[in-house]
Amino acid sequence: MSDLTYIPVLAQLNDDFFGNREGAADRCPGNNGLCPGWIADNFSDYLHPFWEHVLLSIVPLAIGFVIATSLALFAHRYRVAQPFFLAFVGALFTIPSIAFYLILLNITGRGFGTAVVVLTAYTQVLIYRNVMTGLQEVPAETVDVANGMGLSQRQILFRVELPMALPTIFAGLRIAASSTVGIAGFAFFAGAGGLGGEIFSDPAFKGNVVTASLLMILLATALELIVLLVQRLCTPWERAVAT
Amino acid sequence: MTTIFAALGPFGDAIDFIFQQRESQAGTVQVGGLGEIWELTWMHLKLSLAATAIATAVALPIGVWLGHIGRYQFLAISTSNIGRAVPALGLVVFFIAFLGVGFGNVCLALVLLAIPPIITNAYVGIRGVDRETVDAAKGNGLTGMQIAGRVELPLALPTIMAGIRIALVSVIATATIAPLANVDTLGRPIVSPNVYGTAGQLAACIVVALVTFAADAAMAALQRAVTPRGIKIQASQSRSRGRRFVSPKRSIQST
Repeated sequence: MSDLTYIPVLAQLNDDFFGNREGAADRCPGNNGLCPGWIADNFSDYLHPFWEHVLLSIVPLAIGFVIATSLALFAHRYRVAQPFFLAFVGALFTIPSIAFYLILLNITGRGFGTAVVVLTAYTQVLIYRNVMTGLQEVPAETVDVANGMGLSQRQILFRVELPMALPTIFAGLRIAASSTVGIAGFAFFAGAGGLGGEIFSDPAFKGNVVTASLLMILLATALELIVLLVQRLCTPWERAVAT
Repeated sequence: MTTIFAALGPFGDAIDFIFQQRESQAGTVQVGGLGEIWELTWMHLKLSLAATAIATAVALPIGVWLGHIGRYQFLAISTSNIGRAVPALGLVVFFIAFLGVGFGNVCLALVLLAIPPIITNAYVGIRGVDRETVDAAKGNGLTGMQIAGRVELPLALPTIMAGIRIALVSVIATATIAPLANVDTLGRPIVSPNVYGTAGQLAACIVVALVTFAADAAMAALQRAVTPRGIKIQASQSRSRGRRFVSPKRSIQST
């Protein structure tokens, strides 16, 4: 108990999901340093977990965006639903991630699907809250003007309110992107692999921890930048004001 | 009682683990039962509260000061952006790999995890205080220190408390991996199912979730308690004003 001895046993339990660190000692005496040589030799071992991590981040983001936006549009139309939706998505976000993975594992089984359900649940509050805020911050005068011009309610939503809310919506998506990458680090508890499994397979080996962590930070930053790029493309009118 | 547990499947077994001791997977020691669960929970709470308290002591003055002088917005906001990009698992394991195991090291990692939301919320809360109110305080001859302490801080408290609440919840969730640093929190049964069995693993998950919800509810109550009465009145007034404003517009749309 006083040592990290349980790690090999855990690795046996999850053979498919944990990398094999044997041979590391040859390249790096003591298997304890940063070992740039070992990282260079074994970098290809991280590509598969990295790819798993990419899928674990993008799929929940896409599904979560669709669900959260639908919830927000519904709540925007029927204001009675607002406090209930906010309480619900807030409660989802409060569940500790490891517990969520393991509890759901006992209901839906191991694998990618379980992890996607959990990660989608965590994106909800971040996206929903920002869509809601964006729609509410549209000036009432602007909506009145659209009303006066004879636009229908649907036209007001799609041509006035949603475009004006886009910057706030994208900000929520950016927050959701980086936090999903972070929470997907625990997805190996649900048997879905990812870079977290690599970190956990040998937490005492600095080279391993640093490589996997840096890849996760890289992925989070890249996703944020991609969302930012899409935002620039979707809201050309913002650039004229912002700069 | 046993039949109900059996019907619940793995969850029944897990609940049974919380209340009754049993043999470990290898059959060498007794695990589970309220005694051990309480011990793990207490360590979990001690670690989380210590980390959140230290983080608050460090981050709150910085956030309030940055908000008060109203500069370095980029710094205050991007702390939380960077904080989000750094994965919690990587941060904790990084500290263990480089500084070694122990309560202090894992606590330090959790402090770093908790600081960004507290700084950002303190900054946003203080900046959100009505400028006219601050000008009025200045006109009444209050010094900068007095304005920050007696005007801005009380008015920003709900937002500040929300930041501490987010920090506490994420620290409790992340303290689950503290057993990697030999700190026996509720994560112990989760990372060593070879000793505690899957029932112990699931039991610990249920308890962690309950602890998180309890802490969240306690912080929510505290947040309501520290909200100045003036803000509560203002909020309810603006809500009713909003409704009055909305209703004629709705009637136009419906016709």
